[in-house]
Amino acid sequence: MAFPQPRPQAPQLPQHLLRTVECQQGAVRAVRFNADGNYVLTCGGDKSLKLWSVSRGTLLKTYTGHGYEVLDVDCSYDNSQLCSCSSDKTVILWDVGSGQVTRKLRGHAGKVNCVQFNEEATVMLSGSIDGTVRCWDTRSRQMKPIQILDEAQDGISSLKVSEHELLTGSVDGRVRRYDLRMGQLNVDFIGSPITCVCFSRDGQCTLSSSLDSTVRLLDKSSGEMLGEHTHSELFRRWPCLLLGSGGGLPDFKDACWESCCPITVLPPNGAPPFDCYGGVCSGVGGGARGCSCGRQLSSAC
Amino acid sequence: MASDEDSDEDFVTYGIPLEPLEEDEPIRKPVPVHEQTVKDEKGRFKRFHGAFTGGFSAGYFNTVGSKEGWAPSTFVSTRQQKAGRQNARPEDFMDEEDFSEHGIAPQEIITTDDFASERKDQLKDKARVVNSLAALIPGDPGLLEELIAPARSSIGVELLRKMGWKDGQGVGPRLKRKQRKQNTDVAKLYGCALPLNGSEESEEDDDEFAPENVTFAPKDVVPVDFTPKVDSHGLGYRGLNPLQALGGGSESAHINLFTVQSDRTSSLFGGRNSGQQRRGGIAGQAFGVGAMENEDADIYHKDSMSNYDTVLGGEEPGDGLYGWTAPHQYSRKKNDSKRDVVYSGRILDGFTLASEITEIKIVYPPPDLPRDFRPVHYFRPVVDSSTVSPIIAQALQTSRGHLSQEAPQQGRHSLDSSQRRDMLGETPLQGPSSVFELLGSKDRERLNEIRSAAKEQKKSVVNLSSAEDRAALVASAKAAALQALSSRFQSNTPQPDSLTSPAKTQASSETQMALNAWSGPTADASKTFKPFAKIPQKQARYDLYINKLKKGDKDALESSLDSSMTEWERGRESDEFVRAALLYKPSNSSLSSRFTRGKHEDDTDSVEVTRDQENDMDDKQAAVKMKMFGKLTRETFDWHPDKLLCKRFNIPDPYPGSSTVGMPKIKRDKYSVFNFLTVTDSSQVSREAQSASKPPSSSTTLPHLTPEVNKKSRWDIAGQVSEPKDPLSAFLSETRSEVSAAKQIEPGDKNQTDSSHASANPEVKVAQSDEKQTEPKTEEEEKEEDEEEVRPPMDLFKAIFASSSDEKSSSSEEDSEEEEEVAPSTSEPIQSSAETLNPPISAQLTPAPDISKVPDLKHLTVQSKPSAETTTAQNTQSSSQSAPDKSQGLDEEEFGPRLPPPGFIPSAHSPQLKKQKKKDKEKHKAKKHKKEKKKKKNKKHKHKGKQKKRVEESNSSSEDTDSNSEDESRVVSTSELLQRLKNISNKR
Repeated sequence: MAFPQPRPQAPQLPQHLLRTVECQQGAVRAVRFNADGNYVLTCGGDKSLKLWSVSRGTLLKTYTGHGYEVLDVDCSYDNSQLCSCSSDKTVILWDVGSGQVTRKLRGHAGKVNCVQFNEEATVMLSGSIDGTVRCWDTRSRQMKPIQILDEAQDGISSLKVSEHELLTGSVDGRVRRYDLRMGQLNVDFIGSPITCVCFSRDGQCTLSSSLDSTVRLLDKSSGEMLGEHTHSELFRRWPCLLLGSGGGLPDFKDACWESCCPITVLPPNGAPPFDCYGGVCSGVGGGARGCSCGRQLSSAC
Repeated sequence: MASDEDSDEDFVTYGIPLEPLEEDEPIRKPVPVHEQTVKDEKGRFKRFHGAFTGGFSAGYFNTVGSKEGWAPSTFVSTRQQKAGRQNARPEDFMDEEDFSEHGIAPQEIITTDDFASERKDQLKDKARVVNSLAALIPGDPGLLEELIAPARSSIGVELLRKMGWKDGQGVGPRLKRKQRKQNTDVAKLYGCALPLNGSEESEEDDDEFAPENVTFAPKDVVPVDFTPKVDSHGLGYRGLNPLQALGGGSESAHINLFTVQSDRTSSLFGGRNSGQQRRGGIAGQAFGVGAMENEDADIYHKDSMSNYDTVLGGEEPGDGLYGWTAPHQYSRKKNDSKRDVVYSGRILDGFTLASEITEIKIVYPPPDLPRDFRPVHYFRPVVDSSTVSPIIAQALQTSRGHLSQEAPQQGRHSLDSSQRRDMLGETPLQGPSSVFELLGSKDRERLNEIRSAAKEQKKSVVNLSSAEDRAALVASAKAAALQALSSRFQSNTPQPDSLTSPAKTQASSETQMALNAWSGPTADASKTFKPFAKIPQKQARYDLYINKLKKGDKDALESSLDSSMTEWERGRESDEFVRAALLYKPSNSSLSSRFTRGKHEDDTDSVEVTRDQENDMDDKQAAVKMKMFGKLTRETFDWHPDKLLCKRFNIPDPYPGSSTVGMPKIKRDKYSVFNFLTVTDSSQVSREAQSASKPPSSSTTLPHLTPEVNKKSRWDIAGQVSEPKDPLSAFLSETRSEVSAAKQIEPGDKNQTDSSHASANPEVKVAQSDEKQTEPKTEEEEKEEDEEEVRPPMDLFKAIFASSSDEKSSSSEEDSEEEEEVAPSTSEPIQSSAETLNPPISAQLTPAPDISKVPDLKHLTVQSKPSAETTTAQNTQSSSQSAPDKSQGLDEEEFGPRLPPPGFIPSAHSPQLKKQKKKDKEKHKAKKHKKEKKKKKNKKHKHKGKQKKRVEESNSSSEDTDSNSEDESRVVSTSELLQRLKNISNKR
């Protein structure tokens, strides 16, 4: 007779600092874990990307080739490729092992704010300040995007890709969800410029933060607001992602309700405290500080 | 014969007998042709190369083609490679010996003629001289050759010339005279026999004239001739030339190779000195003096001392030239008359000196040219003005080159630009050419008057005598005065018929403006914008109108419209035309001439617009403010992902058949008047929504605000209508968006009967207008007219408006009813309380605190409620009674869609119009809702899902009372309500 499996413990929000890494690449524009959470990528203001080992905190590789600040990076599911976007209006596909530029894609008219692979790393989706999302094919040698989504009336600040959906947040105050399976576009009007969007872990909700210092949890299907929280003034100054990759919480909806009073993160070096909804937050500090209790959570200020 | 018998034995046989045939020998096969060989005497094979068919022998011993023979270049077909054809040079066919030094094509590096030394020339000269003896033309052959042959000197000579060397001079440093003399002496001493003394003589002559500091070029040294002496004559002796000896014809009796060229030529020209050489036959000192000779002076030549100067610097020769320039013969000249000839040289044979000097031709100086002389004469063409275009004719007339009496020659600067343009044949520029044209027509008329008046006055001073002139003057003055009057009054005073309504005044002023704008002599109609290009007939009418406007026709509008059209159509079209004429009037400035039309007309008529357009922003903003996310803020569109994108995402294409990518687009009329209409409409709505806090003016205007606007078809009025801003409209638009989002708009009759919907939904309207610009409107209009005909009696109005507060938004509510039923609201308990002001959030999420709050809210609203309920009946009654008579007149006058404003937004706000509007609305309501009224009342209490609507109702009711009783202080304004609502939610 086997003992029953121990009850899985609910994931906890990050509460203590594990490691601080001095990136030495100017302002850190984005910090991203790889697919399995063993590595961290940082995008620097010095036009470089750096790959760090989480466990040891050592620098593994530096990727240079961008002409300006690197604004976002994403790692493919198999850790073989990176895609990054930069203020130099390009999106670059990297080979992780060799550090070589596999493809340099031009087409955006402005700096590219965000980039992400789809699940199978067959498409890169990049959102730019020019108001378009471009879908780049990683399989073909075609330098043109597969499709340009130009529905936004202002710059795209954030995008997330799920299995068959694309969620974009735009400065025009709208969260757009492109459903490829349904062939539909849902536009949710938020009003204030969107700084970041993401899906909840169960994929039933969307979470969006906007410049009015508010995080809103919207039902994906109906667009109704399930909850909102207005943060302290700090968020206005850091219009960055404070909502991350699920936060390790089984039901984000519940989590959001539970954490109506957000967890206040106290940065170790005397920086002002800030609220955290649980997730990756990145900032324009001078270095990336991994603040995490699990693999998937870190914060950089 | 006995001998015959003998001969049997010893007979003579001829030829070689054939080999005896042996019986048993096998018969030899004949040798085939290719085995038959021929050998020559040495046993070598001979090849015949078709020798038996007229062939040839090829190469040395027929070696061509053999191993040791010459191999012909392999045949290469030139069919494919014509360009690379190799040319056979003559050298290809030469032997090695030919390339050797003495071959026909020596391949050594040799100096070309250009660089060849003089020596060679000398040799050639010699050969020439020798040849010349047998030449047909006797004499120095070199002379003739030099005359004929091109002067071509070698590089060495050229170089020497460049360095200052002259023909006949020696090479070397320049010398003093003395030195040279010594040299010549030396030459004399050691030289070979110099039979002619010519050279010495010349030397003698340039004596001591040279001053000390003058240097001379060294004397040319003739190179020693190394021709071997082959004859047995003595040194320097030449054998007799038989020709000379016998015929004596040869001039050059003694050819001295050593004489310089100049001496020879001088002998050729037959100088005096040559006389002694002219001796025929055999002559010579060696032969003594013959009988034929007349001279015996120097049979035995003795060099006497008298031939020499004994004194240095002796007397001058006498000609006073000192031998500087002239040849030495000149100094010897005695005959002065022949000096000229002598000076130029000797007389050629066959020529004699002229005895008389020809008279010198008198050359007159050229005459002084007059200052305006033209070296070219221009024949003025005969211009036939009938055949030649006037421009050309004029150009010919005024062209330069002929001095026409009527038009004196003008300078470039005295011409004005148009004249210059005509000269150049350019087309006149578009646009006004003078400032005068920039003036308004009225001003221009006035200026013309002044000018003409001044002219008349001048004229009258000159000749007032004739009665005719005076009459004409009076008439013109009268006309001018009339014109001025009319032009002045047209802008200010309305036409008699237009006096009735201010709107008409506006219309007439607009037509006047259009007239002013177009009557200028500016661009023609063909180049102006065609606003009605979609409908050719209409465009034609518009063009006609514009043309008439340009001619200054006052009643251009009326005359250009189609008389077969209905009154309403005509009225509408006239409005459109006036607006369009004002909108697209020719830019009355020089700017118009600076721009050219686009070369490529890129589909000017239509624009690609996404089919689904987002609803009103302001509705959403309001919803966001109220935190009512969901249907209000959510919009769903069709979106077509790219096929490849689907493939990459491992997702089946949601639209397998369609080829569109992204949002489906439709083409829309770019310049449709109705585009403007919708645009301004939404802007009005937004303006209303933004100023939601403003105190409400009249509730009754609101639900039917837009249809009213439609009827007005006046921009000024529309602007006035949009002025009243109240929050109700915001709510209204919210409901509208909600309705459209739910896609429950029922097509057809509902849209048309419920005119609030028709106008509220811009998309619907535009769609209609795109399909048929005129028809839908007319239908609608007819329907409305029908309705007006069956207008219910007054008491019915009263009955309706007694409960108007309930009905205010019924039309929109009706649409949303089904939807609400489909999605039953969760807040059932609150339904009983009719007028709650609860946001949906609180209702759904936190029911418990809500319930506690309900009484408060109810209380809040109830405050305003009683007054509304009590007062509405009478108030609406009274208002409806007063309204109709005012409105009727206006309604009939103006129909049709509103047109874009011609650039001005009137700010005047007329209360009268508002009232009229309100009444109109009531009218509509009466028509539509009289039957539904009761039913809806019952329904209303059931539907609590949308609290918003209730808010709206309460607002409208309160506004009803507000507008009618004009007691604002009592009523809670919408903004206040909103504020409270927010407070509540915040508290929660």
